[in-house]
Amino acid sequence: MIRPDTEADYLARMVPPSFSGPILGRRTLFRAALGAGAALGLAACGGSSSAGNGSTGKLTLGSNASDPVPKKALQDVVAQFRAGNPGITVAVNTIDHNTFQNNINNYLQGRPDDVFTWFAGYRMQFFAAKGLVHDISDLWTGLQGYTPAFKAASTGADKKQYFVPESYYPWAVFYRKSVWKKFGYTEPKTLDEFTALCQQMQKDGLIPIAFADKDGWPAMGTFDILNLRINGYQFHVDLMAGTESWDSPQVAKVFDTWTSLLPYHQKDPLGRTWEEGAQSLQQKKTGMYLLGLFVAQQFATNEQDDIDFFNFPEVDPAIGADALDAPIDGYMMAKRPKNEAAAKKMLTFLGSAASGTVVGRSDSGTLAANTGSDTSSYGALKKKAAQIVGSAKSIAQFMDRDTRPDFASTVMIPSLQSYLKSPKDVAGILKSIEQQKKSIFT
Amino acid sequence: MKATAADTAAQSAAKATAAAAEVPTHVPRDKRVRRLGRGDRLVVAGMVLVPTVLVLGLVWGPAVATVLLSFTNWDGIGGWSSIHFVGVKNYHDVITIYPPFKPAIEHNLLWLAFLFLLPTVFGIFLAVLLDKEVRGSRFYQTALYLPIVLSLALTGFIWQLIYSRDQGLLNAVLHTHVDWYGNPHVNIWAVLVAASWKHTGYIMLLYLAGLKSVDPSLREAAAVDGASEVRTFFGVIFPVMRPINVIVLVVTVIESLRAFDLVWVINNGTNGLELISTLVASNVIGEASRIGFGSALATLMLVVSTVSIGIYLPTLMREDKR
Repeated sequence: MIRPDTEADYLARMVPPSFSGPILGRRTLFRAALGAGAALGLAACGGSSSAGNGSTGKLTLGSNASDPVPKKALQDVVAQFRAGNPGITVAVNTIDHNTFQNNINNYLQGRPDDVFTWFAGYRMQFFAAKGLVHDISDLWTGLQGYTPAFKAASTGADKKQYFVPESYYPWAVFYRKSVWKKFGYTEPKTLDEFTALCQQMQKDGLIPIAFADKDGWPAMGTFDILNLRINGYQFHVDLMAGTESWDSPQVAKVFDTWTSLLPYHQKDPLGRTWEEGAQSLQQKKTGMYLLGLFVAQQFATNEQDDIDFFNFPEVDPAIGADALDAPIDGYMMAKRPKNEAAAKKMLTFLGSAASGTVVGRSDSGTLAANTGSDTSSYGALKKKAAQIVGSAKSIAQFMDRDTRPDFASTVMIPSLQSYLKSPKDVAGILKSIEQQKKSIFT
Repeated sequence: MKATAADTAAQSAAKATAAAAEVPTHVPRDKRVRRLGRGDRLVVAGMVLVPTVLVLGLVWGPAVATVLLSFTNWDGIGGWSSIHFVGVKNYHDVITIYPPFKPAIEHNLLWLAFLFLLPTVFGIFLAVLLDKEVRGSRFYQTALYLPIVLSLALTGFIWQLIYSRDQGLLNAVLHTHVDWYGNPHVNIWAVLVAASWKHTGYIMLLYLAGLKSVDPSLREAAAVDGASEVRTFFGVIFPVMRPINVIVLVVTVIESLRAFDLVWVINNGTNGLELISTLVASNVIGEASRIGFGSALATLMLVVSTVSIGIYLPTLMREDKR
């Protein structure tokens, strides 16, 4: 459930994990063997590389940034770190994004790199609770420039911090300025205005809302934002954590609202990839698209200035519209790093404003998580994205990051797809979700 | 866990074990064994031990582990202490509250029936035609066999280009808006066509190789007796081809039981394309790591495979001996 960044990535996704999986397995085994050998060697010498003060030694960094742009961004960050810490050599192990994610269990239980990339929210908390990552609360006392929302997203269930945020991107409703200008549309502030806008678009011969769910995850974005607007952030978090019930009237209301909006959505979403959905927006066949900032990848360079977006409108005035999905990517430290001092030094640097400046400049698809970072390199779209997230009171991570991975992938993807197949059967689907949830969250 | 791969491997390796197990039972009871030199005895022991260890360790070990894990709720994290026995809860959940299970069973059966009825028969038909040495038969052979050579990822991508709702070739040519991969009533058939595209060429080549080895004098004799082409095929050639027929049948059964890759490439086996194998994969592989639940599915698949192979192979063998 990763948003493919490039066509190459998209093609890579088509390789079944059963093909790519064993490669990492072997590599992990190999590394584990190497690690075990190294540990024996060190023990025999009576010394340890982690005994240093952090300004020397070798540091390994496991990265899922396998696409060219994020990969280059990380190289730039590492180069800057090396400049300030010449004594530390950093070996970056880049692993294919999906492979990294699919093998995370084996990876963390084998011999993980000292520092590695991961996601904030429940996905981080899950491994923290399993005791597979290192507590870095002491580092957080020194980190500057993070909003309370980002700190909360880095905090485990035990109130300790396990994660350093690096970058993020918001989910919002994207549209083409030129199309909206032509028809004279304005950004809706309430659900009624939103519905009226959809109807006007239909009259103007546009499909109001682009929609694609072939891969199963994009529809989660629609559910998330409707639930955040209708039931509020806390209910959403509790629902994701398994404490609220899926067959409750609150969740039924979310689906009822969704059903009322379905006629304005692009038909047959289950056969369409998000890229095709984004292209329909680019080709001016659809009027708007609820997606992450990565939608911009499907637009040519000279069209980037034509992309704009608005925060999903308010549904219930009592709840407001101050919450949204903004998945955060960042770094964690292995449970038993080989060079703990250097790893902490690296994480401190990764959490610094300077590192965020480099990432924000090198990667056009994401924003620096650190508010102290220099954003002068941002285009208008990224500036607005930073502003919308900055003004949000609560930030959710996206369903597949906010709940148990097994629940998201084996229950929610099929369930949301069955809802889109037969929207009339909401009650039956919600009952089935709740039964499966009870079985998984035990 | 490589449950799906292991299962199919188990099927093919089961025969190997049976064969390997027969070797020692014939040899050691005989007095001549003592006359074997030390070296010979070591070689024999090695020949028995190495395959046994390999089969036990790589096939039966994982298979038994899968069955045992299916009674636990293990999530793949931690050692023995983190594996908790939950009885038949996983099986109960699979049957009662797991909606994709029923369609998956249906799709596997549909897959089997479809492969038998269309591509297998069609492949045999093509082989017979090509055996007639029509002009350009080399070209047709290559063209029809080409899909087998392509990697699965590529096959999925090619068909995505054809079936895409908005940008696909098929809808553009037919001027339709059929959602070939997205509509759950249509997509299984679309995928079966794609699967047949690969399967037909495979069967054709197998059968063609068999036809080439048929003694031409049989045909001549039939022709002299005044039998028609059709009569010759069904009355003479088809019975003579018995070994190849068995291979074709077994290949088709195995292909449909292990159907996985194409569907996985398309949408990971969701939304109308559920198969037991994809359910196993999506539960076990990746972040989900419902090892216990996935193992229960894998065990059910193992049972289905074993039963069908168990009924099927002895029947064929018995007929062969007759």
